[in-house]
Amino acid sequence: MKKVINSPDTVVADALAGVAAAHPSLAVDIENKVITRAGGPQAGKVGLVSGGGSGHEPLHGGFVGYGMLDAACPGEVFTSPVPDQMLAATKAVDGGAGVLHIVKNYTGDVLNFQMAAELAGDEGIEVVAVVTNDDVAVQDSLYTAGRRGTGATVFVEKIAGALAEEGAGLDKVAAVAREVNERSRSLGVALTSCVVPAAGKPTFDLADSEIEMGIGIHGEPGRSRVPLAPASDLAAAALDAIGADMPLSDDLLVMVNGMGGTPLLELYVLFNEVRKYLEGHGARIARNLVGNYITSLEMQGFSVTVCRLTDTLTRLWDAPVDTPALRWGR
Amino acid sequence: MRAEVFRAWITAAATVIGEQRDHLTQLDAAIGDADHGINLDRGFTAVVSAIESAAPVTPGAVLTLTGTTLISKVGGASGPLYGTAFRRAGRALGDAADVDLPGLAVALEDALAGVQQLGAAREGDKTMVDALAPATAAFSKAIAVGAPAADALAALVEAARAGAAATISMQALKGRASYLGPRSVGHEDPGAASTALILGALRDAARAGQ
Repeated sequence: MKKVINSPDTVVADALAGVAAAHPSLAVDIENKVITRAGGPQAGKVGLVSGGGSGHEPLHGGFVGYGMLDAACPGEVFTSPVPDQMLAATKAVDGGAGVLHIVKNYTGDVLNFQMAAELAGDEGIEVVAVVTNDDVAVQDSLYTAGRRGTGATVFVEKIAGALAEEGAGLDKVAAVAREVNERSRSLGVALTSCVVPAAGKPTFDLADSEIEMGIGIHGEPGRSRVPLAPASDLAAAALDAIGADMPLSDDLLVMVNGMGGTPLLELYVLFNEVRKYLEGHGARIARNLVGNYITSLEMQGFSVTVCRLTDTLTRLWDAPVDTPALRWGR
Repeated sequence: MRAEVFRAWITAAATVIGEQRDHLTQLDAAIGDADHGINLDRGFTAVVSAIESAAPVTPGAVLTLTGTTLISKVGGASGPLYGTAFRRAGRALGDAADVDLPGLAVALEDALAGVQQLGAAREGDKTMVDALAPATAAFSKAIAVGAPAADALAALVEAARAGAAATISMQALKGRASYLGPRSVGHEDPGAASTALILGALRDAARAGQ
């Protein structure tokens, strides 16, 4: 498998050095693997920290900056970061108003952030964790680890980041983060597998004619394999699954997200099918994102995330943001 | 058993994890995210270095350092879970310079309790608990009936292996494999497999230290 790397062992550190070189607005601690805004913590502002395995770029490091995250901790590829990183990030962004941890619901991420929050508490920093779990592919039941956190994480980071920028307290920032998560649902579809650099071969095999419905962002298999179908059918399948769990009506924020190896051309084809489906169901796409925001290395495929907006959420979504991957209004 | 035996255990565990790194990763690729062997190998390699440089002098200190280092280096779910297991075992051993079999049994039981508390997994959920719980029970039982060390250690490893093998027919209820539902059946749980390897290393080190 061909990859543009120096060595599988140094891929995360090498990429972080590149992030540091490309974005002077960020401070990158390559040794501890922590990305923060340059300029240090802002006194009185709630700090927002997120993190997760590498391989999902631009999530999370690409969302560090004004109006969004204060810090991100990238782990090894598809592996949760460790508590040391999260503690270092939490201390680095604490401006005295407490710190919000935004955690995707994966066992590893949850356990490591839990340990980090305890360590931060020992040092007198107030931490509240919000766990995203928007993926309708996984049944939230006693029989699973619960729904996975996927695309809604981008919405949560943007909207909670905007509220924190306005000076809201930790409780309010955490509440809006939870509200966005509760009002959002996602479904992912894979056309191909992906290759973890250290593993060197595809995580799973998928025949040329097959797709995996409900794929997770680490290439972990979804819940069913079906034949490839036209984009209109794929959009309908994803939105049927989402609509079965949450009413699709009124004003929506919709993200059509590429998994890393999907041409933008195809994402726009899909977005148009999503638009037609939603309009046919009496909903309106009030805001949208089309592009690669939460990826799985070089996987071909997409995810669709829908958030039911309120006036407040729309206002916070529209608020200025200035990060490497999301930038408007400033 | 003195600190040297525990150091030898951890070194042997690092060796076998290194040897089985690709196998464990393949098990994880089938029902998880293809990183278990890679992550544990990175963690245990760091543990061996940490033990060499810090040179802990009691069995409890060896296991505590092992746990702390795993938490710092492994990531994923296995970092906190294995890290907690070793830290709890280390705490149970306290400052003792020499650990007897009942003392080791208590440490293993505390390790199991720590893993279950953190991960909220029960036996039958297709996790490392399915190897650790029967192994701990078999070891404690053998000691209670006065079995010699070699037999108790053999029972420990036998039960761990059987427990790991039994995960093949289970449907995962915890961790990433649970997302697969019925499709998780037919694959050995990588965490149970690595637990059996680590306990095998304990038997080997204890036997060599007799």
